[in-house]
Amino acid sequence: MSTLSLAYVVLFYVAGFIFLAGLVLRITKYARTPAPLKIPTMPAPTTRTGVVMRLAREVVFFQSLFRSNKWIWIFGWIFHLSLLLAFFRHLRYALSPDSILWPLVNNEIVLSFGKYAGFTMLLGLLGLFGRRIFVDRVRYISQPSDYLMLLLIMGIAATGLGTSYLSHTDIVALKQFALGLLYFDPRPVPNDALILIHLALVAILLIVFPISKLLHAPGVFFSPTRNQVDNAREKRHLAPWAAELDSTRGNR
Amino acid sequence: MADFDTPELKEYLSIPAIEPGAMEGLAPFVAKPPHQEPLGYPGELVDNWEEKAIEKMGDMLKKYRGFQVFLDSCVKCGACTDKCHYFLGTSDPKNMPVARQDLLRSVYRRYFTFAGKFFPKLVGARDMTREVLDEWYSYFHQCSQCRRCSVFCPYGIDTAEISMAAREIMDSIGQGQKYCNEIITKVFSIGNNLGLPEPALRDTLEDLEEEIYEDTGVRVRLPLDEKGADILLITPSADFFAEPHIDGLMGYAKVFHEAGVSWTISSYASEAANFGMFIGSYENSQRIAMRVREAALDLGVKRIVHGECGHAWRVAYSFWNTYAGPWDFLDPNYPVPQHICEFTWDLIQQGKLKFDKSENDHRVVTFHDSCNVARATRMGDKPGGQFEIPRNVIKAVCNNYVEMDPDTIKDATFCCGGGGGLLTDDLMEIRVKGAMPRMQALHDVVEEQGVTNMAAICAICKSQFSKVLPYYKMPMDMIVSVHQLVSDALILTGQNDGDEASGEQDS
Ligand code: SF4
Ligand code: SF4
Repeated sequence: MSTLSLAYVVLFYVAGFIFLAGLVLRITKYARTPAPLKIPTMPAPTTRTGVVMRLAREVVFFQSLFRSNKWIWIFGWIFHLSLLLAFFRHLRYALSPDSILWPLVNNEIVLSFGKYAGFTMLLGLLGLFGRRIFVDRVRYISQPSDYLMLLLIMGIAATGLGTSYLSHTDIVALKQFALGLLYFDPRPVPNDALILIHLALVAILLIVFPISKLLHAPGVFFSPTRNQVDNAREKRHLAPWAAELDSTRGNR
Repeated sequence: MADFDTPELKEYLSIPAIEPGAMEGLAPFVAKPPHQEPLGYPGELVDNWEEKAIEKMGDMLKKYRGFQVFLDSCVKCGACTDKCHYFLGTSDPKNMPVARQDLLRSVYRRYFTFAGKFFPKLVGARDMTREVLDEWYSYFHQCSQCRRCSVFCPYGIDTAEISMAAREIMDSIGQGQKYCNEIITKVFSIGNNLGLPEPALRDTLEDLEEEIYEDTGVRVRLPLDEKGADILLITPSADFFAEPHIDGLMGYAKVFHEAGVSWTISSYASEAANFGMFIGSYENSQRIAMRVREAALDLGVKRIVHGECGHAWRVAYSFWNTYAGPWDFLDPNYPVPQHICEFTWDLIQQGKLKFDKSENDHRVVTFHDSCNVARATRMGDKPGGQFEIPRNVIKAVCNNYVEMDPDTIKDATFCCGGGGGLLTDDLMEIRVKGAMPRMQALHDVVEEQGVTNMAAICAICKSQFSKVLPYYKMPMDMIVSVHQLVSDALILTGQNDGDEASGEQDS
């Protein structure tokens, strides 16, 4: 195997490890840190099921963002939806047709719309980038990392589109490379500039994910203002460290 | 009137272009040792405060999941940038919720994240310096902890939580705010924010009994420290002396009287407000809340009813059970605590109260949803009861009721501008400017629908509006208590139907 292939194999194992380990660490941290007080943003659901529905509406439709700002919502939603479609479309590189998950990849929606997901993704990203540059309030709060993050994902989308519309990448070789990584049986990476850039950018994305604002993905599920049930009067809510204070609050 | 310009009311509420530095340097008086130490904080800025501040931040990151998740999750989408009344009223970009959070997030990143430790410039991370502390002190006291931003953030990031944490950090290194900490000191030593001692309170309540008797010919009692009463009323101490609060208190008394229940006020817990929340202090909030538990036990009451107060109702509704529960010694048939509006609405539904609605015919009333009632509590058993129940009460006693712009009510309500520990003269500029969005919406309904009064159920809202309405060329007595409206229309059993038409207080 060439040095290049070796480098890519190592890169992906390192990136994958950082991504998974970082995310697991972060999620455990969120799960272990108590929320000592009831702070749901009201009106909030009074049942667990209600909370699950609330979170589902946030995650699927970006409900609060919709109320907040239609432009950010439309760009953000298009981008995330395209990302989801692209993800499913890419699954075919990691699945074999006899896998039980194959229908996820091989269905009407993914096959017909998935092809264009790269374009809509770019569109959404450009919209968000434009707002960062042209809306004075958003420009004020943007750090270099915020622009770079958008550029990074744009780069991924653009090179991805390039591989299917400009150069015709050797899909079979790519799939072998991907499966090789998954089954710890490394195969050479296709020697194609666009694909190589695309893959490198994806690896960078994996690496920065757990140390950047991309943590909003797990964060949304742990946000106490969104995931708490409104039942403060009915049920006493007590975090472990607060329960310890209870014993010092006097004998009443 | 003051050395700043009151914002102009326009055709409609517009989003201003940013003006960096517009509110730079505005800061409340710093607390002196006598108001720091009783709360368990160092009297003045400690020597190694930079280190201590970071240490405290680390400690809070472990104790408060919200703090940790909020600091990590913001994507700088900008959805919250036009949602804060202080930004809309001042144009200062640091009053945009995300920018306010960033004042602290930048420090968090520097000391607690990989990117901030190694690539500070890239992610806007900063060291903890004197400038940063001054900026914190200024802008975390330009946030009323109203939670409007959290409604509109896709991850529910609540800047109020960040402000509370920042204040707790500052307190713990000796840089507290005089207004809040002085008040908490008074609660610990006397029992209420005003420092009103028991004899003065007793006199006041007797005067009010006299006033009601003169008005109605009915002996309505306002009992103090009566053991064995069924209900303990916990209400903001402003209800004992300020206008229009006091008219609300007389309203509660009349409602209790008509309900035929025995009730009492406690001189030991003569304060509903819990400023411990404003400074983000679990310990101090708990200490204040415990006074209510102690009073309830000492007086042997069966229920607790809570007066008209916004942040206080938040602490009572959402936190009392945590701080001072369990309330298993109280009557389980009633919620603990029960809001006075819930109490009154129950009686209205049971047909136990008789009203002459025409007593309020000289008014066209609108309702201001107080930020913390709307976004941090509930009334009744359905989500949104906190919007419906006060409105139902008002509509039951008034013929003319009007809503303000739907984007400014219910959970999208704009704060009065004086909440969260800002109700002090040294912050007048931010209070007046921050009131602008509410004033705009009120002004619209005054012009278009002839609104004469705005009702509220929060002591801070009432004091704040009395003060800022004149800046916007509206009369200060436009603001009324909900239970003042109830009081004016309520016909007491045996009341002389004489000439004491109740419109007199607001003429
Ligand atoms: S709306 Fe939320 S995520 Fe967006 S900038 Fe504001 S705080 Fe950050
Ligand atoms: S909590 Fe209210 S005052 Fe504070 S930043 Fe958010 S909107 Fe502004």
